[in-house]
Amino acid sequence: MESKLEKKEFNITVYTENQVGLLSRIAIIFSRRKLNIESLNTSPSEVESIHRFNIVINETEEVVRKVARQLEKQVEVLKVYYNTNEDVIWQELALYKVPTEIIAEHVSVERLLREYGARAVVIRKDYTVFETTGHREETDALVVVLQQYGLIEFVRSARVAIIKASDGFHTKLKQFENREPGEPAAENEYLNNGDKVFTM
Amino acid sequence: MQQKDALLMSSEEETAITVEQLKGSEILLNGLIAEGVDTIFGYPGGAIMPIYDALYDYQDRLKHILVRHEQGATHAAQGYARTSGKVGVVFATSGPGATNLITGLADAQIDSTPMVCITGQVFAHLLGTDAFQETDVINITTPVTKWNYQVTDASEIAEVLAKAFHIAKTGRPGPVLIDITKNAQIQLTAYQGYKKCNHIRSYRPTPIVRNNYIEQAAALINEAKKPFVLFGQGVLLGNAEQEFKAFVEKTGIPAAWTILGAGAIPTDHPLNVGMLGMHGNYGPNVLTNECDVLIAIGMRFDDRVTGRLDKYAKQAKVIHLDIDPAEIDKNVKAHVPVWGDCKETLPLLTALVKENKHEEWLAKFNNYSKEEFAQCIDAEINPQSGELTMGEVINQLNQLTNGDAIIVTDVGQHQMVACRYAKFNHTRSNITSGGLGTMGFALPAAIGAKFGAPEKTVVAVIGDGGFQMTLQELGTIMQSGIDVKIMILNNQFLGMVRQWQELFHDRRYSFVDITSPDFVALAKSYYIDGQKISERAELKDALKTMLDHKGSYLLEVMVTKENNVFPMVPQGCSVSEIRLK
Repeated sequence: MESKLEKKEFNITVYTENQVGLLSRIAIIFSRRKLNIESLNTSPSEVESIHRFNIVINETEEVVRKVARQLEKQVEVLKVYYNTNEDVIWQELALYKVPTEIIAEHVSVERLLREYGARAVVIRKDYTVFETTGHREETDALVVVLQQYGLIEFVRSARVAIIKASDGFHTKLKQFENREPGEPAAENEYLNNGDKVFTM
Repeated sequence: MQQKDALLMSSEEETAITVEQLKGSEILLNGLIAEGVDTIFGYPGGAIMPIYDALYDYQDRLKHILVRHEQGATHAAQGYARTSGKVGVVFATSGPGATNLITGLADAQIDSTPMVCITGQVFAHLLGTDAFQETDVINITTPVTKWNYQVTDASEIAEVLAKAFHIAKTGRPGPVLIDITKNAQIQLTAYQGYKKCNHIRSYRPTPIVRNNYIEQAAALINEAKKPFVLFGQGVLLGNAEQEFKAFVEKTGIPAAWTILGAGAIPTDHPLNVGMLGMHGNYGPNVLTNECDVLIAIGMRFDDRVTGRLDKYAKQAKVIHLDIDPAEIDKNVKAHVPVWGDCKETLPLLTALVKENKHEEWLAKFNNYSKEEFAQCIDAEINPQSGELTMGEVINQLNQLTNGDAIIVTDVGQHQMVACRYAKFNHTRSNITSGGLGTMGFALPAAIGAKFGAPEKTVVAVIGDGGFQMTLQELGTIMQSGIDVKIMILNNQFLGMVRQWQELFHDRRYSFVDITSPDFVALAKSYYIDGQKISERAELKDALKTMLDHKGSYLLEVMVTKENNVFPMVPQGCSVSEIRLK
């Protein structure tokens, strides 16, 4: 019960139809409750014409659960899952622009970049752009390092996450299309505690 | 002319060989007819003119009621939807026409009223240019609609309209808005006929019924010593009044209603123990915190019903029947969630529960009821001296209508009094703004209510404040010739706010003293008869005159200025801390 009241990062995965205006309909569900979205990514899914949103918020499970239901209530939303960081494999991508001349002068920088798994995307006379993917702490750490070598620009993408326990959305969608019930899941904490999967 | 001929052919010969070309506006009107729409509440303007131009040729099939303000159109459509059970339809133009819909959309959203609003929009090529009367209607209405969509091409209209009706009326109903750019209204496109929508890939209006939950609910009910049913509008929306009655009669469980659930079973039914919530009845509130099993049916535990949540029915096991999964556990945790349409779930539950009578438990409600009658109701509905009270007016009205009238109320003290004391023999008879508490709702809603139930007597009970918010709709009554009885209970105050100021703000009456025009003269100027009374001796005759009058009538009743509505659960208190004085 205590963990339910504790705020932590949740990854919300929303499967939707692809329609203009849906982003706003989804965003206002958060803003209406004064919830800050830490990260939001939208992309196609493995199913044709079905899009997925990956939304990260820092909240209690209680709140996330209610938000998930409100999201799932929207007409164009097919399915919503929410998971803690432990339940997902996730990555963020970062780009760093640094002056080429400084980088070239310091051999240590090269070593450092290898250490962080960075890769050069563009090398020009005036600047070089590196790229890393990883968790936030990792991409943040490289920012601190590169700052001393004249970091010109930094940008980090939204998080993309894959749910460890899911078999993909294909089967769920088929059940959905056939109007068959999904597997019983934790709609109700009194009846079914363990499962964190949200179903209709 | 050619197009019109083509149109006629299409309705008569379904297997037209050549695909006909129709304008977007004509496709829209054909669609409305196919959906069974007979009445539209609306107001024309620049961006919706092509639709109104087409409507000119459809007057024999579609009745259009010209309101005096678009807000009035939404409330009229709500009134229509609530009495008829059909989808209310609204037309409005772009910009200010559309923004004027917001209050009605919000009201319909929170009170789950099926409504389809069609707004005109500027030409598609002008979108985003700050064109004349351009507003971002889709984004402005997103939080207050169940679904909305902007059409920029005539070929989309039939499909989108079908989707709109399907969404508005299925599952938990709600308002839907379609914004149609002017070019799409004018544009000619191939019309293949109108197909109703009954499936949307991503939309599951009715959750799947899980039998194990039904079984668990039945087991809890069968073991319960002090079970208590709370019912809301879900029973009405699901057309499940008979199923509901069968359930409570078999189980013998006392049942109390939210204000939108009023009338689902008749007021005089022996198991109907009264109203829930802040100004509800004494027994239902106190005994909420004494029951052992709480069975909530089609209601959403609004804060005005629950009072302080952390002291709400903590001793009880909660069974929650609702069609909207998002309502389960939202405010009150359910031990057994029974998801689904209660028309479907109630009979399943009734089949599994034992026949029972909870005489002792029911007697408790009756004892509280006697105490409430002695301490507050008697003085309110049977005063022997002093100025008229709202309660006695409603009580007298009951005696004349026998509980067969549709009562439409506005918001405030008169609303609480009317909901408490009005008698309802029939379902869909109590039309009020519940969740949003929209002052100005009653007059336009009463117009719509009458169109939705023309055979019924419709009485709008309105305060002096609320009436002045939408009184321009007297013009709609005048022009449409609709028969609506308007009863203004005038206490010369914004009474509910004044009551709170008296009780919680040391009688600092801050801006609640409201003056009124001569309402009777005002009505006369709209060719509506009326009179004003202030004496007890005149009351019965005046009400009779109003009810017997052929056509609309306005009765202004001067009531005592500083009466308070009791019982009351003060804000921040538990339901069992309800005050009788």
